[in-house]
Amino acid sequence: MAFEPVLMKHFGVPNSTALAVYQADGGYAGAAKALRMKPDDLVELVQKANLRGRGGAGFPAGMKWSFLPKDRTITYLCVNADESEPPTFSNRVLMENDPHMLLEGILIAGYATRTAVAYIYLRGEFMEQFHILQRALDEAYAAGYFGKNILGTGYDLECYIHRGAGAYICGEETGLIESLEGKRGWPRIKPPFPAVEGLFRQPTVVNNVETLACLPHILTRGLDWWLSLGTENSKGPKMYCISGPVNRPGCYEGPLGISCRELIYGQDFGGGLREGKKVKAVFPGGLSMGALRGDLFPKAPNGQIDPRQDYDELDCLLDFDDPRRYDLLGLGTAAAVVVPEDVDIRDVLVNVTRFFGHESCGQCTHCREGTAWMYKIAQRMRAGAGRPLDLDLLVETARNMGMMPGMSICGLADGAAWPVRTIVQKFRQEFEQRMAKQEPDAAERRIRQVNPAAYELPIREGRETLYVGGTFFLP
Amino acid sequence: MSWRTIDRKTVVEDELGPGLSDAAQDKIRSFFPRYPTRRAALLPALHIAQDEIGYLSLRAMREIAALLELPPAAVMDIVSFYTHFWTRPKGRKTIVLCRSLTCELMGGRAVLEALQQKLGIGEHQTTPDGEYSLMTEECLAACEHAPCMLINEKLHKCVQVEDLDRILADPENDQLAVPRSDRFDAPATD
Repeated sequence: MAFEPVLMKHFGVPNSTALAVYQADGGYAGAAKALRMKPDDLVELVQKANLRGRGGAGFPAGMKWSFLPKDRTITYLCVNADESEPPTFSNRVLMENDPHMLLEGILIAGYATRTAVAYIYLRGEFMEQFHILQRALDEAYAAGYFGKNILGTGYDLECYIHRGAGAYICGEETGLIESLEGKRGWPRIKPPFPAVEGLFRQPTVVNNVETLACLPHILTRGLDWWLSLGTENSKGPKMYCISGPVNRPGCYEGPLGISCRELIYGQDFGGGLREGKKVKAVFPGGLSMGALRGDLFPKAPNGQIDPRQDYDELDCLLDFDDPRRYDLLGLGTAAAVVVPEDVDIRDVLVNVTRFFGHESCGQCTHCREGTAWMYKIAQRMRAGAGRPLDLDLLVETARNMGMMPGMSICGLADGAAWPVRTIVQKFRQEFEQRMAKQEPDAAERRIRQVNPAAYELPIREGRETLYVGGTFFLP
Repeated sequence: MSWRTIDRKTVVEDELGPGLSDAAQDKIRSFFPRYPTRRAALLPALHIAQDEIGYLSLRAMREIAALLELPPAAVMDIVSFYTHFWTRPKGRKTIVLCRSLTCELMGGRAVLEALQQKLGIGEHQTTPDGEYSLMTEECLAACEHAPCMLINEKLHKCVQVEDLDRILADPENDQLAVPRSDRFDAPATD
């Protein structure tokens, strides 16, 4: 049975952002159906559908809603449209082409959680998307889908767009809440979870754009259709992004659980690499989920998965469980970037560490210092002055960052550590080969370059320590 | 917690820079009904101020602080945290070049070097005629069109070195084609 796109069904339709076009194709029918149900039945329906959050962590949306206290007076809904994980762009294309699908999802989620005010936290760089979304919101207000007494049910919902100002950390749910309150986007310590005490210290639900866009289809097409898509614990359609030197970069929709190889080589997806190159590495779920080895490496002889061996790992299924078997953090945003065979892996490491070094918010020491030092080590390796010790140092630093070792408040540090650790572990051979080709006095030249004063130190032992230990500090 | 420290008693009147117009202050006030606290309107207020003045002057920050009933240091704290805000005058158009992994793989670094050479400025600098400011930023979420470049509001897709002359010569290179909303400029309060 061929897969029929639902989230992207209006892509390419002329004037697809207009309300009339959306309504002509059954738009807002799901919301009309939802508003005739009881809110608690709606929460139960979404729980049964096992709709897992599309923003990265994969937490079930229905369960998140059920954590709201029963005796609450006011509830807020925050829509996480602060999409900044490289190389993800599915939310952007969704808002560009079909803003009303998001607005309908907001209405359904708002009714299910009895929300009074919904805020769309839109990324500051998305100016075009802001104007499209605001126009769509104006139309929806005029048609009575927002405001007072929606569709004659007596339910009131206000919806506002709040523009961010360029901070990756505001994609984290408590960071987003802090930023919405007009503070710096520093994540909060959990618990209390936002469902209990979130925005303006009231119960708050934070959902991703794509999660909300799924809701109208669950209602109109029914639970059976929804559960027929995907793998065991991952149900429903998903928007996959593929970018890099492939023939057809872009956003494509498929059921959850297609393989990474299909995403790169499938004729309906990436369409293979340009100039017939081979894949060296692929980041299948955004940078922070870690790297897989590509088909530059040999296939596993007996089909066994062993992340410690240099085998081709493109058979990884893109659902919420399978990536973990390949030593990845999770599905993430299902946005893949392909690194071709002729790219130096040290350049990739520098780029990845620079991203997290730049975007760490500076609240937790391990993340602030760890990301910056990993960037410096990666730069040193690219400059041709790497030491075999550096690889172990990177892995050790990465292992001591994040929520999993219990060091930080939010998951950014895990997301920063995971790609570094997987790149170093999975491509260690290449790093070592490149290090073997380094010039013997490279370390000395690098120190002169970085810190000329250190080279002029008068103490002989001190200078020797610099070469051996590679640190700028004297013992 | 801002790295820049200013003694408000000794700061010279000229250093404060331009202030907000009455229209901009009214527009900031129109955002108050959206949020239960005044402070939550801070990011919209800073966006409005930067759109009007071009950057966030000390006087504008002080006026926003008075409007939102905050200490001026709290406003500067937020301004220094977010990368979108400028505390010094910038050019009429800001060129933001993406430097994340996809754009780098597709040749973003060559575009940056060519752009620096053409404009004669480095990152975070402004051309002498005040036309362009140049900066790089992490992922602009347009990886299918890598390498991509943002000029003010307009996103230029699949930018190659040979396209740069054409883009820079176009006087409309920062204008969006999409129609704008009226409601954003006068938010409904009912």
